[in-house]
Amino acid sequence: VSTLVLAEHEGGLVKQSSLSAIAAAAVVNKEKSVTVLLGGSGLALRKAASHAASCHPSVSQVLVADADILVHPLAETWAELVNFVQHQGNYSHIITTSNSFGKNVLPRAAALLDVSPVTDVVEIAEPHLFIRPIYAGNALCTVRYAGKGPCMMTIRSTSFTLPSCSTETKSVEAPISQVDLSTFDEGSVPKSRWLKLVSQESERPDLGNARVVVTGGRGLKSAENFKLLEKLAEKLGAAVGATRAAVDAGFVPNDLQVGQTGKIVAPELYMAFGVSGAIQHLAGMRDSKVIVAINKDADAPIFQVADYGLVADLFEVIPELIEKLPDKK
Amino acid sequence: MQKRGREEERERSEAKTGHRLVGARSGSEMKVMVAVKRVVDYAVKIRVKPDKSGVETSNVKMSMNPFCEIALEEALRIREAGTAAEVVAVSVGPAQCVDTLRTALAMGADRAIHVDAGAAPVLPLSVAKILKALVQVEQPGLLILGKQAIDDDCNQTGQMIAGLLRWPQGTFASKVVLDKEKQVATVEREVDGGIETLSLDLPAVITTDLRLNQPRYATLPNIMKAKSKVIKKVTPAELNVELKPDLEVVQVAEPPKRKAGVIVSSVDELIHKLKNEARIL
Repeated sequence: VSTLVLAEHEGGLVKQSSLSAIAAAAVVNKEKSVTVLLGGSGLALRKAASHAASCHPSVSQVLVADADILVHPLAETWAELVNFVQHQGNYSHIITTSNSFGKNVLPRAAALLDVSPVTDVVEIAEPHLFIRPIYAGNALCTVRYAGKGPCMMTIRSTSFTLPSCSTETKSVEAPISQVDLSTFDEGSVPKSRWLKLVSQESERPDLGNARVVVTGGRGLKSAENFKLLEKLAEKLGAAVGATRAAVDAGFVPNDLQVGQTGKIVAPELYMAFGVSGAIQHLAGMRDSKVIVAINKDADAPIFQVADYGLVADLFEVIPELIEKLPDKK
Repeated sequence: MQKRGREEERERSEAKTGHRLVGARSGSEMKVMVAVKRVVDYAVKIRVKPDKSGVETSNVKMSMNPFCEIALEEALRIREAGTAAEVVAVSVGPAQCVDTLRTALAMGADRAIHVDAGAAPVLPLSVAKILKALVQVEQPGLLILGKQAIDDDCNQTGQMIAGLLRWPQGTFASKVVLDKEKQVATVEREVDGGIETLSLDLPAVITTDLRLNQPRYATLPNIMKAKSKVIKKVTPAELNVELKPDLEVVQVAEPPKRKAGVIVSSVDELIHKLKNEARIL
């Protein structure tokens, strides 16, 4: 067993979501021979590589692909890179995180390698036996990979959390080596150009990793009212999420959507305000530890999954919560 | 004379592959191919079969996958804007996929191709290989698919077909602008950090996210008209595609149920419970 993890980095660090993929690789790979592949260029890449080298005891090697064409997350280039590295390293498993990067790149790379990939793995039962949700999480499917090529998968980062970093950090760093890209044929990469990324700057924690998430649905009625929810989030040190209805209505940007086709979250505490609880939404939050629902409609399906329900007007509840909740640091 | 030559060539190739070759790839003659999947209707509450072999699909309402409706709608709008000349809908699966294709024709697709793969589910990799074979026959300038199907939630086929064809891909699209002159598609994508914009050389693969458009309903006259439109049937074998079952479903089970919660009567009680019972605050 030799495992390749396709990782992302930001600000000189391996992304939290990629650390989960490394944790998943460690489940597959008991021999502690996990190879982490990073791409990009410059100082940020070098710093991330040294972070990767010491981030997990199972990491035995860090591969660095240093090229300007890898600075942006273009599937065409990255899939060819995975294909290229696989032909050199002949790994038994290739793992990445099931986020917009992994979902975009890994299936394309799998097609190049003639492999059926497994997306959204939530449990690794055996090195070739996986559990993944289907039908918006209303069923769990156990699949076995029976192919000859490398076993390729994307994992749900909420299902593979890291042991706390301080105790698990390695004293010895894994060796870092450069991928020799001299025979990597850029000319064969299909032509796509990265133009821009428009993102909302936010001081609050990342939705995917936050300990507390407060979510608003159609019941919030306006973008203005989401500001009220943001105040509560500030008080709780929480991330703000939204339902598809709230995003479609233009109250908040798309990257806040929690659900089957949006983000999957599993925080310690999930508080839903004015959320009816469509199955597509439940798919994105049903693994939260504690679920609180506040809705005027006592028949809202969200109450069926809530640990604590409060049938009340959210416009009265939110200010009261802001006033009465203890301050979070 | 030249035209006659093309006609003859078309007939010859029809005889060889069983397909009509229509139009070229560029300009107003561009063809858009759309893949549509037949799935359990999104409003149905699914049931896992007692023997854990899968999800019950007999006597259950089936519909076109919602993301595929969005894909088809986008293709129709591109044709209506004059950028493309023809929209071809394709579905891979059992005989009943013809119903889904009939819906596609009623929405406005010009013609349809049913790849009859039998009753067993076809893995995304095999679907991608089938689509590749059809692309090589039909020569579309653009292939549009839904970003995922709401049954297996795989989110793979579009990326895989793009990889097999080595075409550029614009997945999870929330806006598509085509430049006919430059043969370029500008695609806005919904990604984790916000909205990413890419520029793709055509031909390309696009997969659709929810906010790309609002699909139309088929009108009664169009439903009637659709009945006389052509649905061509082919098999994977006729396309020289071997289905590769490298993933096997071992079992399908119900997810663990959450234990029943409680209804609290006030904000004070809620805070008290979160502090002392859930110990979360």
